[in-house]
Amino acid sequence: MQRYLPKSQADREAMLKAIGARSIDDLFAPIPAEYRLNRDLKVPRQMAESEIVDWFRERSRENGDAYTSFLGAGAYAHYRPVIIDSLISRGEFLTAYTPYQAEVSQGTLQSIFEFQTMICELTGMEVANASMYDGSTAATEAVLMAARVTGRNGVVVARSVHPEYREVLKTYATHQEMPLTEVGFAESGRVDLKALDKAVTDQTACVLIQSPNFFGTIEDVVAVAEIAHKKGALLVVAIAEAVSLGIVQPPREADIIAMEAQSFGVPLGFGGPYCGVIATREKFVRQMPGRLVGQTVDSHGRRGFVLTLATREQHIRREKATSNICTNQALIALMVNIFMNVYGKVGLRELAKQNLAKTHYAVQQFGKNAKVLFDKTPRFNEFVIQTSEAPNAINSRILGHKIVGGLPLKKFYPELGNASLWCCTELTPRTMIDTAARVVAESERSEKGANTSEEEAVPEVVR
Amino acid sequence: MNKYPDLKATRHTSQDEGLIFEKSSPGKAAWKLPPLDVPEVDSKELLGSSARKDLGNMPEVSEIEIIRHFTRLSTWNYAIDLGMYPLGSCTMKYNPRVNEAVVRMEGLANAHPYQPEKISQGALRIMKALSECLVEITGMDAITLQPAAGAQGEMTGLLMVRAYHESKGAARKKVLIPDSAHGTNPATAATVGYAVENLKSNANGMVDIASLEAQMNEDVAALMLTNPNTLGVFEQEIHKIADLMHAKGGLLYMDGANMNALVGKVRPGDFGVDVMHLNLHKTFSTPHGGGGPGSGPVAIKKILEPFLPTPIVIEKQDGTLGLEYNSPKSVGRVRAFYGNFGMFVRALAYILANGPDGLRQTTEDAVLNANYIRKGLQGTFDLPYSTPSMHEVVFSDKIQAKKGVKTMDLAKRLIDYGFHPYTTAFPLIVPGALMIEPTESEGRDELDLFIEAMKRIAAEVEEDPQTVLGAPYTTRVSRLDETTAARKPILRWKPAS
Repeated sequence: MQRYLPKSQADREAMLKAIGARSIDDLFAPIPAEYRLNRDLKVPRQMAESEIVDWFRERSRENGDAYTSFLGAGAYAHYRPVIIDSLISRGEFLTAYTPYQAEVSQGTLQSIFEFQTMICELTGMEVANASMYDGSTAATEAVLMAARVTGRNGVVVARSVHPEYREVLKTYATHQEMPLTEVGFAESGRVDLKALDKAVTDQTACVLIQSPNFFGTIEDVVAVAEIAHKKGALLVVAIAEAVSLGIVQPPREADIIAMEAQSFGVPLGFGGPYCGVIATREKFVRQMPGRLVGQTVDSHGRRGFVLTLATREQHIRREKATSNICTNQALIALMVNIFMNVYGKVGLRELAKQNLAKTHYAVQQFGKNAKVLFDKTPRFNEFVIQTSEAPNAINSRILGHKIVGGLPLKKFYPELGNASLWCCTELTPRTMIDTAARVVAESERSEKGANTSEEEAVPEVVR
Repeated sequence: MNKYPDLKATRHTSQDEGLIFEKSSPGKAAWKLPPLDVPEVDSKELLGSSARKDLGNMPEVSEIEIIRHFTRLSTWNYAIDLGMYPLGSCTMKYNPRVNEAVVRMEGLANAHPYQPEKISQGALRIMKALSECLVEITGMDAITLQPAAGAQGEMTGLLMVRAYHESKGAARKKVLIPDSAHGTNPATAATVGYAVENLKSNANGMVDIASLEAQMNEDVAALMLTNPNTLGVFEQEIHKIADLMHAKGGLLYMDGANMNALVGKVRPGDFGVDVMHLNLHKTFSTPHGGGGPGSGPVAIKKILEPFLPTPIVIEKQDGTLGLEYNSPKSVGRVRAFYGNFGMFVRALAYILANGPDGLRQTTEDAVLNANYIRKGLQGTFDLPYSTPSMHEVVFSDKIQAKKGVKTMDLAKRLIDYGFHPYTTAFPLIVPGALMIEPTESEGRDELDLFIEAMKRIAAEVEEDPQTVLGAPYTTRVSRLDETTAARKPILRWKPAS
C-alpha cells in the first residue's frame, strides 16, 4: 500500500488481465534479467506523514531559527507577504506544466507577460524573458548572449561582481573559448575605471559589472558604459539585490541586465530555488536565451498569450540553439510577480528607503569603532567593515546573541584583510544593529589594548 | 459554437479578467511598512545622481484585487490537481502536499546559504540524506545536487566527462546522440564544446548497434542515451552499448528523464552507465510550477568523482557536516550556492513517503498504466514501433492524417474532454507523434475515461473532421495565432498613449 497510488490490488490484476500479461514481471521483461534489482532499495522505510513532518522539523531545529542575520551577499532577507504562498499554492499554478498548450495555460502565460512588463519598467529595458535559473546563470547567459550579438569573444569582468557569479561564468566560458579578463576595484569600491579602459579592446564582447556591486557600492554605470561602448563592446550589468531598484537608478546605459529577483518575495531557502531574469533592448531579442511570452489573438480575435520566438530554443534548434536552457523558474517568477504587485509603484520605493535608512544607521554605528571601507561612495543596503580581529572570531561572539554577523571576505578577497560584508534590510531591528556594533566595538578596544594579533589562534568555530 | 447567443452576458468577470495594469490607479496599495526605528534619510543626499525618481508604470492595486486577479488567472490553467496530464517524457505525477509543508518550516525556508555551518546542520543533513538515497536508487557512486535543472545537469555531466578525458590526455571531439533524443542533449554538447554526431535508431526504435560500432572511435567522448528512450522503449542491448563505449575509452551518459520507469526495478549504475542526471521535478514529484523550478542532480561513477562541482558536503571527524571547497580537479561551479535546495527537501520527503516498497510499486504502476493505454488504443491509432513499452507509449497520427487531422488537432480536441494534451510531434523520429505518459498517479477509472475520449475523437475524425479541426471549444481562447506572435512580437504591456 502506498497513499499516493490510486489503485487497489484488484484494479492492478484486472488491468494486467486486460493487457494480457500474467504478472507485472511480464512488463519488465525487456530489461535483461541480469540487471534487474532483486532486492529492496536501501532507502529509509515508508514513513507516515506525521513522521515525515517530525523528521523535517528536527532538521529545521538543527538549522537554528529565530536568528537575526546581517548576511546578504546575493541572498537577501526581506519580508514575504502572506498572499504569495496563498496564491502559488493553488494547484492550477503549482501543478501545471510549461505553457506549451496555450488554451489551457492562459493563467501562467498572462502572469508571465505581466512579469516581463514589470521587469522592463523596473530595469528600464525594452524586453525581459520569462526568467532564468538564478542571478549567476543569468549573468553568465547574458555574457554568452553579448558574444553572439557582437561576434566577439573577449569578456572583461569586474572583480566587484559576486565571486560565485564569476566562478559560474568561468565554468561556462572555459569551453566557449572566451578569454576572461578581471579588472580590480579602486579605493572607491567601484571598478577601477583606468584599468577597465586598458582592458577593453576591439575584441571585447562585453564588460560585466554588478550594481550595487558585491560590496553594496553603486557603480558609475555611465562611465563604465562609455568605456565599453567606445570600443564597440556591450555593457552587461548584474543586479543581485532587486529591492535596490526601488530607489537606485536602473542601469539604463546597459545593453543587457542580468538580475536575481530573489529579494522580491522568494524565501532564502539555503540558496535556492531563486529567480534569474535577463532584460535587454528589443533589437537583441532574437539572441536572448530563455522562454518568452507574447501577446496575440485567437481564432475569434480575442486577446491571448503564447510562448513565442521558440525558434531560438533547444527543442527546435538543437545544437544551434541560443542556450541549452529548457525550464524557467515559473513558480518562483510568480512569487516575484505577486511581490511586485503588493509593493507596486510607491511601496517598492518606501521599502527600498527603509533599507537605505537602516544601512545608513548601521554604517554610522559600526563606523564609530571599526573602519568602514569605500565610505565615500553611494551604497544601497550592504557595507564592508575592516576590523583588527578576524571576523570569524567576532561573529562567534555575536552568534551568542542570536545574531549572525557579516560575511567574512577573506575567502573571496584576501587583499582586504579582516574585512566582512554586512547587510541591513527592513527586517533588521535597530536593537540588533546596536548589539552587533557593540560587540565589534569591544573587539576593537581589546585588540588595540592587547596590541598583538591573535588571528592565528582563533578557532574556526564559525566559517 | 454558442447555441444561445442571446443568453451570453456581455462580460464575465473572471473569464474576462484584464491585465493587472488595467486595474491600477494612484493611491491604491497592498502594502504597509512598520514605523522606521532609525532616523529617516534623504535618499537624494545619500545616493546623489544615482537616486531614482520614479517607478514608471508599476501597478498600484489593493490586496483583494491581487488575490482575485491571480485566482481568476489560475482558473484558466489545467493542472495535475484537475486531472490526467499525460505529457510524454514530462512525468506529470501527483505533487504531494506534505512536501510543500515541510519546505516552509522556518529553519529551512529562512536559512541563508552563507550562514555558519554550526547552524546549517539540518540543511546539510537533508542534502546528505537525499544524496545517499539517489546514489542507491541509481546504483552510482557519488552525486552532485548543484545543477538547477535537467539541462544544466546534462552540462555538468558532460563537463565532468570532458575533465575526465583531459586528465587522460585529450578531451576528445565528439558526443554521439541518438536521433530520438530530446533537443537539450545536442544543445548541451555544443555548450561544452563538443561536436554532435547523430546516431540512427534501428527498426525497433533502439540504438543501432552496427552504426554505433562504426561511429565509435577515439574521438568520441561519450554517448548520451535516454533509457528508456523517448519512445518509452528500454534499450535491451544496453550492456553491448556500454561495452562498445568503454572498449574505446568512451563514457556512457544517461539522460535520466525517464527514470520513472526504472526506480526500484533496475539501476543504471548496474548496466554500465558512467554518468547520469535526474530530474527531481519529474521522477521525484517536485512541482513543475508552470515551467520550473527544476533540479537536475548528476550521479556518477567513482572515476568521475574528482571532477564534481564544488562545494561538496562532507562529514567531519566530530560527526558534524560541512562544505568542502578545496577540490583542485573540480569542473568548477555551475550555479551560485548549492542548487535548488527547496527541491531537495521535497524530493526527500517523497522518497520517505514511499520507502523501498512504495518506490517499486510506483514504477510498476507507471509501466502498467502506459501499457493499459497502449492496449486500449492499439488499432484506433497507429503504433509505429511495436517494441514493448515501459512508462510511456508513442502512437502516430498516420490513420487520422488521411482525413487531414494531425496530432496537434487531436490534442486540442482532447482538451474538450477534460484532459491535458499528450506531447505532440516528439520524438522527431515519429512523424506526427502522440507521446503519452500517464504516470502512476492515475487510477483505472481515469485511464478508462482517457481511452474512451481518445476513441471518441478518432470516431469524430471519421465522421466529421471539422469538429476536431476547430477544437477546443470549451476554453476561453482557442487556436491562438502563433505566427503573428513571432513575426511582430508584443512582449510587454504598454500604457495607451
